[in-house]
Amino acid sequence: MAALLGRSCRKLSFPSLSHGARRVSTETGKPLNLYSAINQALHIALDTDPRSYVFGEDVGFGGVFRCTTGLAERFGKNRVFNTPLCEQGIVGFGIGLAAMGNRAIVEIQFADYIYPAFDQIVNEAAKFRYRSGNQFNCGGLTIRAPYGAVGHGGHYHSQSPEAFFCHVPGIKVVIPRSPREAKGLLLSCIRDPNPVVFFEPKWLYRQAVEEVPEHDYMIPLSEAEVIREGNDITLVGWGAQLTVMEQACLDAEKEGISCELIDLKTLLPWDKETVEASVKKTGRLLISHEAPVTGGFGAEISATILERCFLKLEAPVSRVCGLDTPFPLVFEPFYMPTKNKILDAIKSTVNY
Amino acid sequence: MTCQVRQGNTCTCRPSNPLPLNIVKNDNFSLLLLYSSPFSSLLLFFVHFLTDMAIWFARSKTLVSSLRHNLNLSTILIKRDYSHRPIFYTTSQLSSTAYLSPFGSLRHESTAVETQADHLVQQIDEVDAQELDFPGGKVGYTSEMKFIPESSSRRIPCYRVLDEDGRIIPDSDFIPVSEKLAVRMYEQMATLQVMDHIFYEAQRQGRISFYLTSVGEEAINIASAAALSPDDVVLPQYREPGVLLWRGFTLEEFANQCFGNKADYGKGRQMPIHYGSNRLNYFTISSPIATQLPQAAGVGYSLKMDKKNACTVTFIGDGGTSEGDFHAGLNFAAVMEAPVVFICRNNGWAISTHISEQFRSDGIVVKGQAYGIRSIRVDGNDALAVYSAVRSAREMAVTEQRPVLIEMMTYRVGHHSTSDDSTKYRAADEIQYWKMSRNPVNRFRKWVEDNGWWSEEDESKLRSNARKQLLQAIQAAEKWEKQPLTELFNDVYDVKPKNLEEQELGLKELVKKQPQDYPPGFHV
Repeated sequence: MAALLGRSCRKLSFPSLSHGARRVSTETGKPLNLYSAINQALHIALDTDPRSYVFGEDVGFGGVFRCTTGLAERFGKNRVFNTPLCEQGIVGFGIGLAAMGNRAIVEIQFADYIYPAFDQIVNEAAKFRYRSGNQFNCGGLTIRAPYGAVGHGGHYHSQSPEAFFCHVPGIKVVIPRSPREAKGLLLSCIRDPNPVVFFEPKWLYRQAVEEVPEHDYMIPLSEAEVIREGNDITLVGWGAQLTVMEQACLDAEKEGISCELIDLKTLLPWDKETVEASVKKTGRLLISHEAPVTGGFGAEISATILERCFLKLEAPVSRVCGLDTPFPLVFEPFYMPTKNKILDAIKSTVNY
Repeated sequence: MTCQVRQGNTCTCRPSNPLPLNIVKNDNFSLLLLYSSPFSSLLLFFVHFLTDMAIWFARSKTLVSSLRHNLNLSTILIKRDYSHRPIFYTTSQLSSTAYLSPFGSLRHESTAVETQADHLVQQIDEVDAQELDFPGGKVGYTSEMKFIPESSSRRIPCYRVLDEDGRIIPDSDFIPVSEKLAVRMYEQMATLQVMDHIFYEAQRQGRISFYLTSVGEEAINIASAAALSPDDVVLPQYREPGVLLWRGFTLEEFANQCFGNKADYGKGRQMPIHYGSNRLNYFTISSPIATQLPQAAGVGYSLKMDKKNACTVTFIGDGGTSEGDFHAGLNFAAVMEAPVVFICRNNGWAISTHISEQFRSDGIVVKGQAYGIRSIRVDGNDALAVYSAVRSAREMAVTEQRPVLIEMMTYRVGHHSTSDDSTKYRAADEIQYWKMSRNPVNRFRKWVEDNGWWSEEDESKLRSNARKQLLQAIQAAEKWEKQPLTELFNDVYDVKPKNLEEQELGLKELVKKQPQDYPPGFHV
């Protein structure tokens, strides 16, 4: 299982098996980047269910990130099509399609633009089954959106809005960390009978390359994965931030600190048991995410673990996150939760 | 093409095009006029006039091409100028002389035209010289600067069949309604009236927490439902329970939802009047306004893809058309060519907001064309007109696979809901007028009675039966068992996740420990 590094200064690698990390699948496959893995998942989804649709702004020609390449040519413009530029319409239309038993795989061009659809997602999609007494549901709805820092995205091409959605009972929120994970998780999301918001780390679209099995496979939702075992501190993260955290873990190891790294994968509903078991073992917790620290999802994890593992904790839960500012352009390197910020937090937590 | 008119200076705006004869008209002649003597300016004026005539004769291909070939003979007159100019001139940029010139002009130039100039010239050879093509297709141009007025001199007329006395207006277009259908429609309109009255009173008595009537809109409710097939999928706003009633939702089922008892299909989770029935193809009502409109476009698209002989019908009020979802819904339905009938109940009021505070257009019907949607304005208090219009719209939607917009003109006789007292913001005699003189139920009753299909005896029997049934339904619903507590936690997802299992266990223990903190009757 090869891991290839991107060409940018942010070196990326994927957790290897050498430290005894458990993996669901150890199959080999073709090296693919993230957008190609997602593309493969979409091809499989449309192929296996004739009543599935992919639509959104600019998806017809392949999409601005090339995730939908080849779909319109293969499945036809009735099933893969551009929509008018209107996120509330895109999601509303998707809810209607899903309510009629179809799979509506909707693309929001950037997570930064998902807010016009917030009413449809929170007031409609999330409550569709519950309010109707299960007479109706829109479980076939999957909303995909690129999220996260990209190096030059500024306010409106870098946001991580996952926290807003984690506060909404009725939807699921899933964030993959790599191409192989993305394909399996996306297929699970599409086939899950609940509306799901799937945030794709845009930074990894080209930068991340991994062997991805070519067949149809699914990775279960609401199951966190320990991707690196350790004894001194538990680190929890998701998406692109995991690669940064893994670098910090490697550096910490050189200083004799053994880190356990967990990929949450599904943020809502999240796998508390895996994190709890890990923290009960290590006694320390550090959470890292790009989104601003205040009200970020790290706060939910911290509060829950505090409730469950209070007496086992050797130090306060640490959060290494984005600053409480709009995502800045020239200041991005200062804003981001970098490897060294994480490493410093690891050390101060261990030395508390 | 954009236009700007500056104070004290008319500007002529034209789409930029390389046809030399147009350029002649304004740019270079203005300069020549300014600097020449009165005699030569007169001469030039005359030449200008002739050139204008030449423009009008230039429709024929041969003439145009020969004129183009002769360009180089009169370079002073004809000049293609592709230099970049600022799109807008400020008054300081304009020279004072140019400011005075009646031919002062601003050219708005598309840079794309430069590279496509040759292509465009070739095209002009092939088609009528008066047309231009842009990405949206061919469009004629005009040198006359004319704004489309904000409103038409005449409002879009309202389609009606019955006059206020319930007599069919001679020469009306309408789809005939049989005795059986007409009587059923009337019965249902009257039943809806009785239901509204009794449930409203039940709320006043504190037996249900909330209610919302459809008084004044019975014709819209029943006649539109009668015009649809049972396979047509309905996405309501909230003032359309008559559609459910028509399709067979029983008075008991209405009562169960209002009381949120164990028999409520909604499992007691929503406020009263938030009915829904998958069996009757009626989507569960949600309080947010207009959210159903883009969903209706998606539902319609599904029916289209599955090649069903059915359409989507969705309702909205006048207020709801101000929501962004109205724009989204209509635009998507039009672009996706989805079979959706959008029915707007323009009843004059959105809670306390009169339509004069809601929009400045001629109602809703004129908005249809803005989306490329066929539309009609109908007298919503005329059951026959409503029936015919909805029936026709439905046929169009299904056979032509396109959306249709119907604006139903009506009046909201009742308060917005039991939480509202509309006498606070509108005249009591306005309400009275509509209730007594413009009553859709009375109007239709007159027509049905004039046909000999209904009598006073039928009327009193129907109303007393409906009243009795409703009171019984309310009594039964009130006594019915409550929902079990577990229904608080079900259906959030298809399968209860761990966090909800934990919360349910925790709550059950709490209720066992301190039952006095909680309302009785919820089986744990």
